[in-house]
Formats: sequence, structure tokens, C-alpha cells
Amino acid sequence: MQPFDPSRTWDVLVLGGGNAALCAAITARAAGASVLLVESAPIAFRGGNSRHTRNMRTMHDAPLGPLTDAYPEEEYWQDLVKVTGGLTDERLARMAIRETERHVPWMIAHGVRFQAPLGGTLHLARTNAFFLGGGKALVNAYYAAAQALGVAVSYETEVVDIALDDGRFASATVARAGERHAIRAKAAVVAAGGFESNLAWLREAWGPPADNFIVRGTPYNMGVVLKLLLAKGARAVSDPTQGHCVAIDARSPRYDGGIVTRVDAVSLGIVVNREARRFYDEGEDFWPKRYAIWGRLVAAQPEQIGYSIIDAKSMGRFMPPVFPPVKAASIHELADALGLDAEALERTIAGFNAAVRPGTFDHTKLDDCRTEGLSPPKTHWARRIDTPPYYAYPLRPGITFTYLGVAIDERSRMLMQEGSPAANVYAAGEIMAGNILGKGYLAGIGMAIGTTFGRIAGAEAARHALA
Amino acid sequence: MRSPEAPSLEGLVAEAQRVLAICNACRYCEGYCAVFPALERRLSFSEGDIHYLASLCHNCGSCLYACQYAPPHEFRLDFPRVMAEVRGATYRKYTWPGAFSGLFGRNGLAVGLAIIAALVLAFAFIAAYAGPERFVSAWSDAQGSFHALLPHDVMTGIFGIVFVAAVALLGVGFARFWRDMGEKGGELAAASAAEAAHDAFTLKYLDGGGIGCTYPDARPSYARRRFHHLTFYGFLLCFAATCVATIYYYGFGWKAPYPYLSLPVILGTLGGIGLLIGPPGLLWLKARRDPELADPRQGGMDVAFLVLLFLTGVTGLGLLAWRETAAMGTLLAIHLAMVLALFATMPYGKFVHAVYRFAALARFHLERRRPLDHTAE
Ligand SMILES: Cc1cc2nc3c(=O)[nH]c(=O)nc-3n(C[C@H](O)[C@H](O)[C@H](O)COP(=O)(O)OP(=O)(O)OC[C@H]3O[C@@H](n4cnc5c(N)ncnc54)[C@H](O)[C@@H]3O)c2cc1C
Ligand code: SF4
Ligand code: SF4
Repeated sequence: MQPFDPSRTWDVLVLGGGNAALCAAITARAAGASVLLVESAPIAFRGGNSRHTRNMRTMHDAPLGPLTDAYPEEEYWQDLVKVTGGLTDERLARMAIRETERHVPWMIAHGVRFQAPLGGTLHLARTNAFFLGGGKALVNAYYAAAQALGVAVSYETEVVDIALDDGRFASATVARAGERHAIRAKAAVVAAGGFESNLAWLREAWGPPADNFIVRGTPYNMGVVLKLLLAKGARAVSDPTQGHCVAIDARSPRYDGGIVTRVDAVSLGIVVNREARRFYDEGEDFWPKRYAIWGRLVAAQPEQIGYSIIDAKSMGRFMPPVFPPVKAASIHELADALGLDAEALERTIAGFNAAVRPGTFDHTKLDDCRTEGLSPPKTHWARRIDTPPYYAYPLRPGITFTYLGVAIDERSRMLMQEGSPAANVYAAGEIMAGNILGKGYLAGIGMAIGTTFGRIAGAEAARHALA
Repeated sequence: MRSPEAPSLEGLVAEAQRVLAICNACRYCEGYCAVFPALERRLSFSEGDIHYLASLCHNCGSCLYACQYAPPHEFRLDFPRVMAEVRGATYRKYTWPGAFSGLFGRNGLAVGLAIIAALVLAFAFIAAYAGPERFVSAWSDAQGSFHALLPHDVMTGIFGIVFVAAVALLGVGFARFWRDMGEKGGELAAASAAEAAHDAFTLKYLDGGGIGCTYPDARPSYARRRFHHLTFYGFLLCFAATCVATIYYYGFGWKAPYPYLSLPVILGTLGGIGLLIGPPGLLWLKARRDPELADPRQGGMDVAFLVLLFLTGVTGLGLLAWRETAAMGTLLAIHLAMVLALFATMPYGKFVHAVYRFAALARFHLERRRPLDHTAE
């Protein structure tokens, strides 16, 4: 097939090459539409952030595939309300939630494999379905399924312009190997991610602190498509400062460090900033429920850096991080190694140790080990930091993905500013996740949103094109 | 042709430690095989751990295709390749006597020379023992019996000695490997040995977590498991045929040739067919193999072993087919030479993978029962 044949009009053009794009392309092709998918990354890095994922939060009323017990719609919904503080579109959110149950067999039919979680993630066995081999295996399976169905795929093909007049898509201009091509299609599915890879745009939104952000996933989600759509009259949802931002190891690569850069030691010790001062309750809740707020917390500190400090008692009680800890025989030496004011760190730790009340340490529940008379307090798992060697992990904000996006309706149609749907543009994945995630995050909902609206967008786009 | 120098053991251990630390923080591949659950039990990796994990890996490739850090990512994570290189080092390190470890480096050459030596030996021995003219004449008065050329006791004696020596040498390798994994001799409990045997006999882990291995390429397939089964059971059936024949002879005084429908002949024929299909199948897959996954230095060793197995099977079947013709004497000499070369090279070729893999699987089952000494969550 000639993807750039100028005389050709495709039924459906899919912009992007991650989970949402692939779900849309497979669905549209299976419905009989001719489909071209354009992915800006080369084949080795195809699949955007989806390549880095490992599970999908999935509702189920009875054990389903790898999922134990039940996770009913209502509980899922309440979990979402909690993390977003109600900043969510209930209709779309419930759609995403309900559909997940149907996704599991569909995904299996398209080559995705699931596994029962083993070490480290057992607490998610009820709510999250894990992909065997992780997101790259899923992406590989989907590309194979899409190509077997006859979806045309063009890598290293970046969308640089879109002809969208009055909410009607006519063509997209792509750049490939230094050349530009216009691709015409009867319908378009936009699934090109957020703008998290775009450091300049992040700086616009966050100011200078963004210079110290690390991008956890793909370098290819530059937000080009999002920016074009917003400029051409699409209605925006959420805002540019909202997104998923966690604290990760400061030594991570600028892009694409993925899952291994996370540091799970925070709730076991204390976290200090450049001034060797604590700034938040490290034991507020279980780490998996709290890790998503620490990106913002660290981002608010001077120079956007923090240090998670533990002692020998805590070593080995958390998932081993990829970078070795900074290790020292005394707090003074640790401060020196980290470039912190040693007296200040000693004072902070002495103050913390003095405030620790006796209790029975149990990291598997919200235990009674806490501080008294300390500000900020540490409300659980507070144990004195007194057993050498001492260890530290430097932390920086790691951006996972951004929530600024285009508004959609329940048929995945992109909405224009005045509220009417675009005639033939459908949106799926990160680019519309802000409809459901006004703020906050629920582990595994990114893939739920992408799969649900990817499949809907693909079906609707094909229906429109073939009508 | 001399293979490129093997990487230094220290370099390999350091690279394996780097890679294992990444995998241990990631764990996305934990559903594929035994390697990942075993590595997740650890926070750091000693050299012994690395040999152990490498022998738990059967180089299926699934974890490379699934890896978001695979080259060209800056982490350059190629887990199957690193494990394959470590296995090469394992073979060299644990082989006994150590002076022979160089044989793994030029294994194709070593096995080739062993075959030639065995051929010379077989022909010379038979010629000296029975007389050169007997190669073509013995068949007429032998009525299908090979012992007109080589008396039974002589044959059993030679092969018995070579076989026992090979097993003993392999046993030394096993014991050294077992000790370095940090296990005590007595700990190879019956239960874990039985589970390891089950895994080995069923090739449990050659299923890629239920979809087939990504071998020879990214598409999951059971081809490798099937060809390996043919090879492995072919080998075992041939071995069983020989054992049954020996028991017949010494236990019951029943003399060869055994009829076509006797147990030794049926076992041998089935085994021979397995060796006729299995090794070429594995070679064919290997030729189409993704080069990213393999350690190119070990190509010669893999090929040499498969070729020798194939030749053993072919010559055995040939001997059976033409045992009552003038070709019998020559065919017998060739077949015996192949078997001799196979036994003699067993401790110094690809066969050793069976020993270390079995040890690693037994260790895996032993360890599985132990509580974790840390609570990595
Ligand atoms: C480290 C990490 C771990 C995660 N783990 C999970 C998890 O376990 N579960 C979960 O639910 N979510 C997880 N997420 C979030 C999840 O990755 C996203 O929510 C989801 O993958 C979004 O899918 P998508 O298809 O919208 O975007 P992506 O998968 O990012 O795909 C966007 C695609 O668009 C392409 N593209 C961008 N711009 C252009 C252009 N101009 N022209 C052409 N193509 C373009 C990109 O190359 C990419 O292929 C994780 C994210 C990260 C970074
Ligand atoms: S091979 Fe790659 S994806 Fe698999 S566990 Fe290791 S780092 Fe993770
Ligand atoms: S190559 Fe296959 S057997 Fe080896 S570690 Fe990877 S998944 Fe396991």
C-alpha cells in the first residue's frame, strides 16, 4: 500500500501510534474501513507512553482473567471521585469504567496476554489486570494484529498540520524523511498523546521549575496535534499544569526512564529538601496511594529536589530502585555526600527522632508509629533514623503525562468551542484524558481511558467514513 | 575458524549486575519464565546468583521483545544475550578438569576432531581386531549380528568406560556449580529434584508463559519446544534401546540381532527418527534466529552438538536398514564412532547445558519454598 499516494483518500486516518491509536485502528479496520496509522516515532520506540505501562484498571463483578474477587463499577467510580476531587465528567468516566470489563476478552483476541501479579504488585491483583511482558509486549501484539488486519502503518511520520475547517477534517500534513505529504481521509482519530515531552510548553505552564522536570515516558509526545486542534477551535479540557507527576530518582535519564526510576523508600523514612528540612508527611497513606502527589511536592521545593533518607532498618523493605542509594556511616557524612548542610540535616533528624512515639511498626497497614509535636508530622511508619549505614535517594519531579486536552462527547467525537461535535474528528487516549482526569490519578486508568475511547473512536470513525 | 575471544568473567558479571538491577526494579517480565521470580527474591546479585539465573534462562527472547529498554534505548538492555554470554562462562568455569575449558571456545573444531579421531579409532580397532576383510564379509555369516566384528564384551567395555567417565566428569561440574550457587550437597531434596525433572522433561518454561516462545523470531511459537522434545526424547530412546539390549544380553542371554518388532529395535528406531528430525529442526530455527538474542561465540558449539546428534541418529538407522548387507561392517564402524564421539565430547560441549539447567531448576524449586529474607514489596 502507498501511504502517501496523493490521489488516495483513506477512510480513517489515525494520528498517533500508542494504545489508543492502535485500539482505534484495529476497530476501524475490522469494521471494514481502510486505515492509515501515522506514528512519529521510529519502529524501535513506537507505542508512546503505552510502551511503558504494565496494567489496566478493570472493573469486574466476579473473578475475570487474571483479576481476583470483584471490583464493581461503583467502587471504581468512588475511587476516581476521591482522587479527582470530583473534577471528572461522570458520564464519560462511567463509560470508561464499564467498558473495561469487555476489554479483557477483546485484548486477548488481539494478542495481548495477561498475567497474575507476582512480587511487589500483589496489592493490585484485584483492581488491575497486568500485561504479560508489560506495555511493549501489548503494543507489539497490537501492531501485529493491526497489520494482519490490513491497517497501513507509517513510522517516523510526524503530523505537522491539520486541515480542519468548521469542525470538518479534510487532511493532515505529515513530515517524513524531510518531505511533507498531505494525507486525505474521510475521518480522523486523534490519539497523539499529551504534551509531556515538550519541555518548552512545560516551562510555559510551570515556569522555570519545569527545567528540572524529568519526562518519564516517550520523547515523542510533543503536543503538536493537541496544539493544532486547540488553535483550530477545539474545546479544551483541564489545564496545562494538571497531569500525573511523581517523585523519581534525580539521576534518571531526561526521557524514557520509565518505571525503573521510581523510588519507593519515601514512606519508610523522611524526605528533606535542599535546606535539609522536611516538608510533608511521608507517612500520610500507603505509598501507592501517595506517590502521585510527591512529584508536585518536590516541584514546589527550591531547585525542585528532595532526598529520601532511610536507615539500615528499612533497607530491603521496598522495591529495589534501579540506582544505588548514596550510603554513609553517619548523618554528617551522608549530608556531605549529598551536598547538604550537615548541621542542618543532623538537626532535622535529631528533631524527628525525638518526636517519634513508640509503636508497633507494620508497613502493611496504617500502623501506630507516628511523631508528636512535629511539623509537618509523620503519621505512620515513623521510626527513628538511628541505625547506620544511612541511605539516601535524590528525588526530582517526573512527569508521566499531561491532562490538557480536547473535550469529547460519549461517541468520542471531539467538541468544538461552541459545544457542537466536530463532523469527523474523534479523540482517544491522553489527548482527551482530561475529560475524566481533571486532576489526580488512579493507577491503571490511563490504559482504561485509551482502550475505551480508542475502540469507540475507531468504530465511530469507520461508521462515519463508510456511511 | 577461531571464535572471537570470550568476554572476561568480571566484565560479564558487572554487565549482568547492571542489567539485573534494572530488571529487578521493573519486573514486567516476571510472567515469562523462572528467571524473573528467582531474581525478584534478591536485592543484589553475586557471581553465583548470576550463573544460576543464566542457567534458568533458555534464551527464548520474549523478554527482549517486551523490553522498553532494549537497544537502541540508552540502557541497552538485552537480557537474553547477557544470559547467553554468562552461560558460556558457566560452561568454561565449571568444566573439569579446568584445563579443558578451552574446548568450549573452539567447540566446532574440537567436536570435528573428536569425530575424526573416533572414526580412525573405530576402523583401526575393528581392522586390527577382526581383520580388515571382515568389514565387507562379516555380514554374511553374522546374520545381522554386529558381534561378528566386535565381541559384545569388548563393545560394552569400551562404551561403558567412556560413558561412565563422561557422567563422572559432568557430575563434577554439577557439584561445583551447586556449591557455588550457595547450596549444600545434601539439599538437593527429592522433591525439588523431581520438580526440576518434571520441568526438564516437559520443557515447562519453553512456552513463553502460555503462548509459545518468541523463537526464532518475535512471533510466539511452539516450534522450538517440539524440535527440542524430538531431540531430547530421541536421544533418551536411543540410550534406552542400548540399555535394554545390554540387559537382554547379560540378563537373559538373548543375543542380537533383535527382530524388528523387539523392544530395543523399536526404541532405537523411534529414537533415531527423533534425532533425524529434532536436531535439523533446531538447526533450521537457529539459522533463522534473531542475532540480537544469541552469543555468536557459541554458535559453533550449538551446531557441533546438533550435527553430532543427527549423525548418531542417521548412522544408527542406516545400520538397522542395511545390517544384512555388505555395508554392515562399514556402517557399524561409522555408527560406533559417532556414539563414541558423542559420549567423549559430552562433558565439553553443548550437552552440559542439560546438567546446569537441571541444577538451576532444582535450586529454583528448593528456593521457592523458602521464606524471603527480606520484604521487598
Ligand atoms: C512510565 C509510565 C508508566 C505507566 N504505567 C501505566 C500503567 O501501568 N497503566 C496505565 O493505565 N497507564 C500507565 N501510564 C500512562 C499511560 O502510558 C497512558 O495513559 C497511555 O499510554 C496513553 O495512551 P495514548 O495512546 O493516549 O498515548 P501514547 O501511548 O503516548 O501514544 C501517543 C502516540 O502518538 C505519537 N505522536 C505524538 N505526536 C505525534 C505527531 N505529531 N504525529 C504522529 N504521531 C505522534 C507518539 O509517538 C505515540 O505513539 C504510564 C505512563 C508512563 C510514562
Ligand atoms: S527485560 Fe526489560 S521489560 Fe523485562 S523485566 Fe527486564 S527491564 Fe523490564
Ligand atoms: S530469554 Fe526467555 S527464558 Fe531467558 S530470561 Fe528472557 S523470557 Fe526468560
